[in-house]
Amino acid sequence: MGKTFKKPECLSDAHTHYCPGCTHGVIHRLVAETIDELGIRGRTVGIAPVGCAVLAYNYFNFDFQEAAHGRAPAMATGIKRVRPDLMVFTYQGDGDLASIGMGEIIHAANRGEKFTTIFVNNAIYGMTGGQMAPTTMPGQRTSTSPFGRNVDEVGMPIKMAELLAALQTPAYISRQTVIKPKYITKAKKAIKQAFTYQLENKCFSLVELVSTCPTNWGMTPVQAVEWTEKTLLAYYQPGDYKVPA
Amino acid sequence: MAKVLMKGNEAIGEAAIRAGCLNYFAYPITPQSEVAEYLVRRMPEVGGVFLQGESEVAVGYMIFGAAGAGERVFTTSSSPGISLMSEAISYIAAAQCPAVFVNIMRGGPGLGGILPSQADYLQATKGIGHGDCRLLVMAPASVQESVEMVMKAFPLAEKYRNPVMILGDGLIGQMMEPVEFPDHLKSEPSNKDAWATNGMDHRKSKTRNLVKSLFLDPVQLNDNNLALKAKYDRMRAEEVMSESYNTDGDYKALIVSYGTMSRVCRTAIDMLKAEGIEVGMIRPQTVFPFPEKAVAEAANKPSCTQVLSIEMSMGQMVEDVERSVQGRVPVTWYGKCGGDIPTPEEVIDVVKQRIA
Repeated sequence: MGKTFKKPECLSDAHTHYCPGCTHGVIHRLVAETIDELGIRGRTVGIAPVGCAVLAYNYFNFDFQEAAHGRAPAMATGIKRVRPDLMVFTYQGDGDLASIGMGEIIHAANRGEKFTTIFVNNAIYGMTGGQMAPTTMPGQRTSTSPFGRNVDEVGMPIKMAELLAALQTPAYISRQTVIKPKYITKAKKAIKQAFTYQLENKCFSLVELVSTCPTNWGMTPVQAVEWTEKTLLAYYQPGDYKVPA
Repeated sequence: MAKVLMKGNEAIGEAAIRAGCLNYFAYPITPQSEVAEYLVRRMPEVGGVFLQGESEVAVGYMIFGAAGAGERVFTTSSSPGISLMSEAISYIAAAQCPAVFVNIMRGGPGLGGILPSQADYLQATKGIGHGDCRLLVMAPASVQESVEMVMKAFPLAEKYRNPVMILGDGLIGQMMEPVEFPDHLKSEPSNKDAWATNGMDHRKSKTRNLVKSLFLDPVQLNDNNLALKAKYDRMRAEEVMSESYNTDGDYKALIVSYGTMSRVCRTAIDMLKAEGIEVGMIRPQTVFPFPEKAVAEAANKPSCTQVLSIEMSMGQMVEDVERSVQGRVPVTWYGKCGGDIPTPEEVIDVVKQRIA
């Protein structure tokens, strides 16, 4: 009997630095499988963010650029405009995309830049040690909201998929999650769809992936999955928010 | 090609195209918006890319992305805009990518004003972005020289895989002068397959490239900084450019001045000569690397009793002049900024006072 399950060619042999129970590993694999299946590894350029995935290029095995915090969509714009034949994607967290990089993602999406964004939303700043993000839930305790997010002071968490889907130009905006196998299948489909739209030269595509951060949430991996399903998915509801006409 | 009468900003745009740079990203800001207004029409004619970004911050990273992909790319801005781009400039220098930034300086600090100034000298030569990075900075004194420097800037950026800046004052961008364009550059960015993220399929090696500036290992970061320093030292050895004026004979005072200010000083020197007062001038054409030797040699002439750094700023280049002269002759500053350019008569008065 031959091998039926193997590591995608797009992933390197390096061990990741991600914490136990973190979903970055699953998302990396889905992106890698997609690029393998579409046969585009040799003309793909990824853009790493600042955040937990800053070292993503150590785990992917194709050309990569590393952005400053929040600026990945501007870099992707630069690459795709001067080399439209390349397949370009940004891989960004919620602090990177929804806070410091809000301007860049809105304008790249609104211009209809022909790249893909993988947006990993775990409702917290991971790499810097668990500070409040624009996506942190009401009442959620973080190191900079130790008494819980007070929405009277800092407002409600931003729903990026809905916000971007309100723009007229983007082609495909979807929100998925990868906390259980039943969700992973759908997430893979959405990621592959987003890259396929780019291959077809349709404009901007983004997949938001609701993710876990057990370390900074102060939970076990199992508790983190339960909290994600009960709390995050109730607010950040999965589904396609915009599809090409 | 015959001479044409052209505004500096438009000539800068045309010069970039003739340098083979068909990619331009920019954000509007006075007094350089004419570059974008020229290129939005011109780029489609040559199959190039024009994009107005949402901010100077974003434009800086559009430049980084395109440069990292191995394509010739440039932007133009003015002082406050360059401050916003300086973050990206630091990243581009750290990641060793070639790119060209044009700063048509206006008065500062803050919003300052929209008239010509040379008040970004220290930022351009010593303080661009965070970390140990430098730019090669050329300062044109005419529309013709702007064209020549822009066309030199791209091959230099590629030679060093480092950002190059054209530091012009607002007058250089706004004034019209006759200009003759050199032939189109034939060169291409060489050896980019060794470092650019232009897709593995394009490369013989089929190995991937990374464009990055993060080095968590202190030894690796130090090594990267040493590699950058070696390039800056090489610039100091190979790229210094300056012009001397009225320095053949004896002179009582030496002026160091660049850009528009140097043209005012040239007139003042001619007028002083008519009165029998000899004054020499060194005009730095590169301000990083600074023409230390030329300034020191000219200041060391036995007849020279005073060195004046005359600038459209509150005294910035004077620090480089002092460093070059090393205390052998008194060095003083004169200047104005905010758009009120010193007149030849004012320069003459200052020179006479200082040598009295």
